[in-house]
Amino acid sequence: MAWFKKARTPIAAPDKASRVPEGLWVKCPECDAIIYTRDLVKSLSVCTKCGHHFRLTARDRLLSLFDGEHWVEQDADLKSNDPLTFTDTKPYRARLEASRKATGLPDAILIGVGRIDGSETVVAAMEYAFIGGSMGVVMGEKIVRAAETALARRLPLIIVSCSGGARMMEGALSLMQMAKISAALARLDRARLPYLSILTDPTTGGVTASLAMLGDINIAEPKALIGFAGPRVIEQTIRQTLPDGFQRSEFLIEHGMLDLIVDRRELKATIARVLRFMMPNDAA
Amino acid sequence: MPELLDFEEPVGVLLKEIEALSMLPDSDQRRQDITRLTERIVSVRAELYRGLTPWQRVLVARHPSRPTTLDYIERLFTDFIEIHGDRRFADDHAIVTGLARYRDQEILVVGHQKGSDTKQKIYRNFGYARPEGYRKALRAMQTAQKFGRPIVCFVDTPAAYPGIESEERGVAEAIALNLREMAMLEVPVVIVVHGEGGSGGALGIAVGDRILMHEFAIYSVIPPEGCAAILWRDSARKVEASAALKLTAPDLLGLGIIDEIIKEPIGGAHTDPAAATTLLDEALHRTLGEVAALEVNVRLELRYQKFRKMGSIGIVEEAES
Ligand SMILES: [Zn+2]
Repeated sequence: MAWFKKARTPIAAPDKASRVPEGLWVKCPECDAIIYTRDLVKSLSVCTKCGHHFRLTARDRLLSLFDGEHWVEQDADLKSNDPLTFTDTKPYRARLEASRKATGLPDAILIGVGRIDGSETVVAAMEYAFIGGSMGVVMGEKIVRAAETALARRLPLIIVSCSGGARMMEGALSLMQMAKISAALARLDRARLPYLSILTDPTTGGVTASLAMLGDINIAEPKALIGFAGPRVIEQTIRQTLPDGFQRSEFLIEHGMLDLIVDRRELKATIARVLRFMMPNDAA
Repeated sequence: MPELLDFEEPVGVLLKEIEALSMLPDSDQRRQDITRLTERIVSVRAELYRGLTPWQRVLVARHPSRPTTLDYIERLFTDFIEIHGDRRFADDHAIVTGLARYRDQEILVVGHQKGSDTKQKIYRNFGYARPEGYRKALRAMQTAQKFGRPIVCFVDTPAAYPGIESEERGVAEAIALNLREMAMLEVPVVIVVHGEGGSGGALGIAVGDRILMHEFAIYSVIPPEGCAAILWRDSARKVEASAALKLTAPDLLGLGIIDEIIKEPIGGAHTDPAAATTLLDEALHRTLGEVAALEVNVRLELRYQKFRKMGSIGIVEEAES
């Protein structure tokens, strides 16, 4: 199948400084603690004092989940060709180029196949630094291919969301990725294969209203912003200020929309635990 | 006469002339003048509507007198029985579901309902559906599946309702589940985007075997005002945003998102709802026939492939040089 021909050899752990702001020390925006960068990297970018979760890059996310920090990247060469020739205050092509330079990624998602606690798993991780992790045609295609790989090889699928929603610069094509991905997830569902949705700060818009809410288990990191409409849009509509903690993980679990909230440092173990429940005993 | 949009001012001028003439005593000359002006209106309208800008199409799609879902239901179907509620929380008035007879067959109808007068618009929450609406729609569609009846979905919403209660009750989950489950419905599903296709709120009832779209309807990932506010940091740039978003029916046909454009009467569906219905009827009848003729597994595979291909037009596969 064409899906596999672009598979890459395992990637060595890249420059770890990309995980957190550069420099020896980092100040936590929540508790103002000064943290030694090396300690922060060790704690998966979670503040060692207050537990604040710094945002992870897509690559660091995969590093945090796969055994031995190794995986085979899938479909690394897919790029957007700017199908609408979209221009706002800047041409979309320029935004794409700038994001590619800044992140070293072709678009806002990275797909890897590797092992989690010994079990082979397909993981998709979104990259917020790439146009807000927005979902366009490349993200849609790569996630669908990931789901089809999981289906063909009977592997679990995990998607780590970190996105402001559909990518405006690809118009209704972006919107349709919601339906396209959900249809692929329907096939996984009917094949009784596990799909875990991991919701991180932020997960909003069309990503929430499709793949992020469709997990067999939906797991959020603490205090992540999770919602459909943006808080500003809601405030403008109802003309009142939103309550504290609105659309945060803790609000969502209270309203029955999440299965659990897990500290990043426990995430891999939790995923492995859940997959043991879902995968047949001989699969590991 | 439906209210005129700003760009229809030339029509307004002619209408005023007719009005002035009709005050005069009846005469052959007067009648001839009125006939001449009436014909002129048709040609001026035709000219205007041939060259509508994307923003003007947005205005037509949102026209306060544009036929609503219930208007089409009343004109196209008989024996309509509305069914209510999601059996979880409430009955959402912004989405209508019901059993109907179309020509010689039983079908299920689902559609956003905006309301046609002020009272109705408020009752319908201006077509902004809450989670209950999407859940009611799915419940109704699964009932149709159980009894092997085709489904027709009418799409006309600015967006899903952006409010606290929508978020509390999981509007994202409700839409997401519809996307997943509509992909697997075993019965024929035909979508008609006849007004405003407002992002996820529209898509939440718009996964099907065929997507038909009215000539002056729009379908967008975000309202042009919202897009302008975010990307231009100025919602007044909505005119440019509406052009950039490629939200018109011809654009979406070119992008492979819709299957067919349903023509509208000159001047838009609101100027002649009966003619608009006739045009829709022809397309709907033909499309339902085509989709129903397919064997279930073939239909499901084609539906999957239809959405599977969306976006390919925007992707290149090339190794980093
Ligand atoms: Zn801290």
